[in-house]
Amino acid sequence: MSEELSFTLDGRRVPFQDGQTIMTAALAAGFYIPHLCFNPEFTPHGSCRVCLVKINGRMQASCTTPAAAGQTVLSEIEEVREMRRGILQMLFVEGNHVCPACEKSGACQLQAVAYYAGMLAPHYTHFYPRRPVDASHPDALIDFNRCILCELCVRASRDVDGKNVFAVQGRGIKAHLVVNTPSGKLGATDFNITDKAAQVCPTGTILRKHSGYEIPIGQRLYDRKPINVVGDVAALAVSKGGRRHD
Amino acid sequence: MQDFADLVFEGMTVCGRVIGARQGFVYLRGEYRYLVDALKATLQSRREAGLLGEAILGDPSFSFDIDLHIGAGAYVCGEESALIESLEGKHGVPRIRPPFPTTHGYLNKPTVVNNVETFASAAKIAVQGGEWFASRGTAESKGTKLLSLSGDCERPGIYEYPFGVTVRQVLEDCGARDAQGIQMAGPAGHMISAKLFDRRICFEDLATGGSFMVFDHRRDILDGIRNFAHFFVHESCGFCTPCRVGTSLLRDLVDKVHTGHGTRADLEEMRKLGQIMRVGSHCGLGQTAPNPVLDSLDQFPEAYERRLRSTAFEPAFDMNAALEQARWLTGRTDPAAYLDEEALVGAMP
Repeated sequence: MSEELSFTLDGRRVPFQDGQTIMTAALAAGFYIPHLCFNPEFTPHGSCRVCLVKINGRMQASCTTPAAAGQTVLSEIEEVREMRRGILQMLFVEGNHVCPACEKSGACQLQAVAYYAGMLAPHYTHFYPRRPVDASHPDALIDFNRCILCELCVRASRDVDGKNVFAVQGRGIKAHLVVNTPSGKLGATDFNITDKAAQVCPTGTILRKHSGYEIPIGQRLYDRKPINVVGDVAALAVSKGGRRHD
Repeated sequence: MQDFADLVFEGMTVCGRVIGARQGFVYLRGEYRYLVDALKATLQSRREAGLLGEAILGDPSFSFDIDLHIGAGAYVCGEESALIESLEGKHGVPRIRPPFPTTHGYLNKPTVVNNVETFASAAKIAVQGGEWFASRGTAESKGTKLLSLSGDCERPGIYEYPFGVTVRQVLEDCGARDAQGIQMAGPAGHMISAKLFDRRICFEDLATGGSFMVFDHRRDILDGIRNFAHFFVHESCGFCTPCRVGTSLLRDLVDKVHTGHGTRADLEEMRKLGQIMRVGSHCGLGQTAPNPVLDSLDQFPEAYERRLRSTAFEPAFDMNAALEQARWLTGRTDPAAYLDEEALVGAMP
């Protein structure tokens, strides 16, 4: 019998198999590491950096770092938590995130991760970008103000739906999500509300029309239990408060 | 590449022979487009001499050729995996590593990515041997280093030194009589003050890619730092959060201090922000983008301090201006509708 491969996460033993990352092994073992651009159904992206952990003394993204036997991984230590809060604060000031006025509030992964990380205020100076809302599609609304450039919709539309509806345009701080049509309007695409791309947004950027505020604020997904207990909104059925439409 | 392109191509060909590659690329950034015709002519003459193409020097087992690829000049494309992405016609965004280019590079094939200086040295080593190369330099840094000297000096240009030369020696040779600081290895490198001019240029002391910018005492160091901060906002590819957002936040803080509105709290904020960028960014660009600010905070604190407000905190925006719309909407012009800024700042924690 071969010895089981494992590393430690905040002192707890996490078994893993070859090919797993720190993130996938931790999730499989029931341990939560905060993340936004990572979704277990897709190839890791490594762009949001919220899943930073300290691996053998070095800060690395847990979603892209292969698990190796004997690693010492630290996630819930103040140094990592402070780093994570800073990165979340950057995401909050980069866009326009008005939680009390957002339909997704309470079922938003960005908001839930921020609560989990102990973020109390955005801290940095707001950028207040001007980003128009796209309501041209009969069944879906896009509020670009809430986009955090995780590219999950880009990946889902390209790799699962085979439609390539979304793309990221521009460089640096000017990088922004676009709809891949000459008009830039979602209504001009073959995007469908049952598409995978309609179900993966960790924020309130891509919303379903005609069904807003069905669950009152205070009774929503993350209002009662934190994200490390509930899990990702995209991975839950509607009956559990998730936003899946299949 | 202007004077020794043939030597670089020779080094690439040697590399092709050693690793069994059939194809090499020169990735030329857009700023060097003027070299294209000369480089193509050099490649062609090597082909005609049987040094490139099918069956090099008549050896049927050795075929290797070199193509030119012109990039658009993005700084991040100096990062090897972003360079490979760009070479494949994609956005210049660094890949997740591992896997590294040595196993999954161009078109996911094993790829060697090196600087032109390395290839030129490899060609010389192939002819003159490792001992010749190792006879110069220091114990840990063998050979010589090309330095690109620029800024406030009488004789700027490209100089070749054995590793281990002191900064002071270099400054003397290029006629920099009044240097107050050097930006080593480019904007992402390190800023050093006169206290460190006796340090040696080598891997075990001051490592550099070759850029060496001299700032003399007529310069305001913060002008240079501000330039670098703006440069990184422009050059961030936008992929990861700490670099995409952090470069803009850092620029705003430097601008705030530069225009005389900064306080000690802002300097502390720069250090914290710089640390998040340094350890949290996806690639070397974001990890090194805060270097000019972090270094100069340590090496040239006076460049910041002499511009600071004496207050503990200063808002990032003009509060009175921010209230203008509210005054207009309510039709108020009375003195009480305007804030006494000094009193306000005094009341801040």
